[in-house]
Amino acid sequence: MRSASLQIHLGFKLATAALAVAGSVVLLMALTRLIPGDPATVILGSRATPEAVAALNARIGLDKPLIEQVFSFFGKVASGDLGEDVFNGRPVLSLVLNALPNTAAVAVAAMLCAVALGVPLALFSARWPGGKTDRMVAFLSVGFISTPSFVVSVFLLMVFSVHLRWFPVLGAGESGDLGDQLWHLVLPTAALAAGWVGYIARLLRSSLLEILGENHVRTLRAYGVSETKILMKYALKPAILPTLAVLGMGFGELLGGAVFAEVIFNRPGLGSLIYDAIRTRNYPVVQGGVFVIVMLYVLTNLVADLSQSLIDPRERARLTSGRGH
Amino acid sequence: MTQALLAIEDLHVSYRGHDSTAHILDGVDITIGRGQSVGLVGESGSGKSTVAFALLGLLGDNAEVSTRRAAFDGRETSLGMDEATALRGTDIAMIFQDPMTALNPMFTIGTQLVDIQRRRFPRQSRRSLWARAETMLADVGVPDVAARMHRYPHEFSGGMRQRVVIAMALLVEPKLLIADEPTTALDATIEAQVVEVLDRLRQRTSASMLVVSHSMGLIAELCDSVIVMYAGTVVEHGPVHVVFSRPRHPYTRALLACEIDPYAAFDLSQDLATIPGTVPDPAFRPQGCIFASRCPARHDRCSERPPRRQTGEGRTYSCWQEAA
Ligand SMILES: Nc1ncnc2c1ncn2[C@@H]1O[C@H](COP(=O)(O)OP(=O)(O)O)[C@@H](O)[C@H]1O
Ligand code: SF4
Ligand SMILES: [Mg+2]
Repeated sequence: MRSASLQIHLGFKLATAALAVAGSVVLLMALTRLIPGDPATVILGSRATPEAVAALNARIGLDKPLIEQVFSFFGKVASGDLGEDVFNGRPVLSLVLNALPNTAAVAVAAMLCAVALGVPLALFSARWPGGKTDRMVAFLSVGFISTPSFVVSVFLLMVFSVHLRWFPVLGAGESGDLGDQLWHLVLPTAALAAGWVGYIARLLRSSLLEILGENHVRTLRAYGVSETKILMKYALKPAILPTLAVLGMGFGELLGGAVFAEVIFNRPGLGSLIYDAIRTRNYPVVQGGVFVIVMLYVLTNLVADLSQSLIDPRERARLTSGRGH
Repeated sequence: MTQALLAIEDLHVSYRGHDSTAHILDGVDITIGRGQSVGLVGESGSGKSTVAFALLGLLGDNAEVSTRRAAFDGRETSLGMDEATALRGTDIAMIFQDPMTALNPMFTIGTQLVDIQRRRFPRQSRRSLWARAETMLADVGVPDVAARMHRYPHEFSGGMRQRVVIAMALLVEPKLLIADEPTTALDATIEAQVVEVLDRLRQRTSASMLVVSHSMGLIAELCDSVIVMYAGTVVEHGPVHVVFSRPRHPYTRALLACEIDPYAAFDLSQDLATIPGTVPDPAFRPQGCIFASRCPARHDRCSERPPRRQTGEGRTYSCWQEAA
């Protein structure tokens, strides 16, 4: 691996990513066929004419073998075409692009929230391990990590919206009214972020403590460099790497979580789009929506992986020139 | 004679474990005169690094430190955490054993060389600390310093890294410079170069030095006096030329007899294992002479603690054997 260049590294990562995307599309198409009930009959009703059924199957691509369906899907994707809504003929791409910002807003807000709270908590815990903050964070995070976000969602809804009436119950807020939209964002974000705050806090804490036990930290201590500086500068930078990797993968999961949160909080977004499409067997929309989520998942992983390599000077050197020691 | 820079009597260090306490240092005395260089030798595990770390309060949280008396630079100290911490990076500087791990891999050499000076020179600008660091690096023989300052540790060879670590120690202009096995991790040719750097430094600086090594050759070259440690105790102590030319303690003799190449890289199988047996488990220290289980001159009285003997010449040793 020492002489591996940036190209090889990138190529390998890209190939893995492409494989993941292709695999999930095949799976998706196969699933469509496996779901009981002929989609055309479900969509058009039992009294549809055979011609109408055939036309619909052709539009969805169900008239061709699976492999062909997959290839034609990718062929269209390459030209920016994700298919059309079965009912109103609108391009799936524009449906997805309309829905995406809502979903991304929740996921991004949750991630920022998790980092903004998790990193300081980790620093506190690592500065005084076994202290009050450390024990409290340990206790709470175990609780939040092990509770699925949709349970937290329902709980938050009941307490803060229904009972206390501090936050709106459902929806994404008036369009054009940013304040109202942010207000509607609070609970879904909190529901998604809750587990991640604790996760980041614990993960980063343990990498910090590991780094703090290393010899180079002892060197700094021997020269009277302050514990705060050691922690915030010399330990944080190497310790953040594994957290960054987890965050990258976590973003995909957050997107998935946002999809569920949308359904619970009745917010427009990719999740609601796919959910409604599944109920009505609107397959092109399901396929397009899931495809975009998979792409986002894979891309965020890729970005996380690369940024990790860019932070670590040893990796950077290895990647850009193959120059080792 | 002026007062010694460092005087410690009866230093004890133990580590609390779950169900036992390991006594790592059992009554160690150390005196280092001003401008003097003292060597500390002994097998791996005999507690040399523990002595060095205790001076800076760098021992783990489970360590218990006590002394009958300790003074640094005319001030009494208990070697407690706060007092030892106050000496860090100002009066005492340390060169660590393993240059490969002693530097932070994520920051440039320059950044690290600046930050370790901050305590010593709090009022100087980053720019001037950077300039000092550059000059010092060149001084210890790092080529092309202006560019090297911006490089990361992994871009340096082992020998160059050790020069960086040495430069660190010199930058804070300490009164006491501790070098913990400064050449152990290096191969023979590099080791010789680093020894040369240390030797030059020894001629120039007025700082006192404590050189920890298992290499008798290194200590003969760099030190005025030597302390021979075995299993957390001092078994012999005196001027280098006295101890090395006429060793009295059987352990010192064994150590010197095993010495094949003074600059040989640390190799258990080569030099130390030739003294049969191993250092006793610190959790179960024997009653009598600590070296008894391995001593070729052992006799009946050795089941009692041996007396400390003086031989004139400024040497002391702890053994039942009379001076021959
Ligand atoms: N934190 C610790 N807890 C328990 N034992 C320790 C700890 N640090 C060192 N020791 C023990 O102290 C003894 C002396 O170690 P050290 O001072 O490093 O010896 P040397 O430098 O002479 O090789 C060893 O037996 C080692 O296992
Ligand atoms: S006291 Fe006895 S056992 Fe100990 S070193 Fe001397 S002769 Fe050997
Ligand atoms: Mg050691």
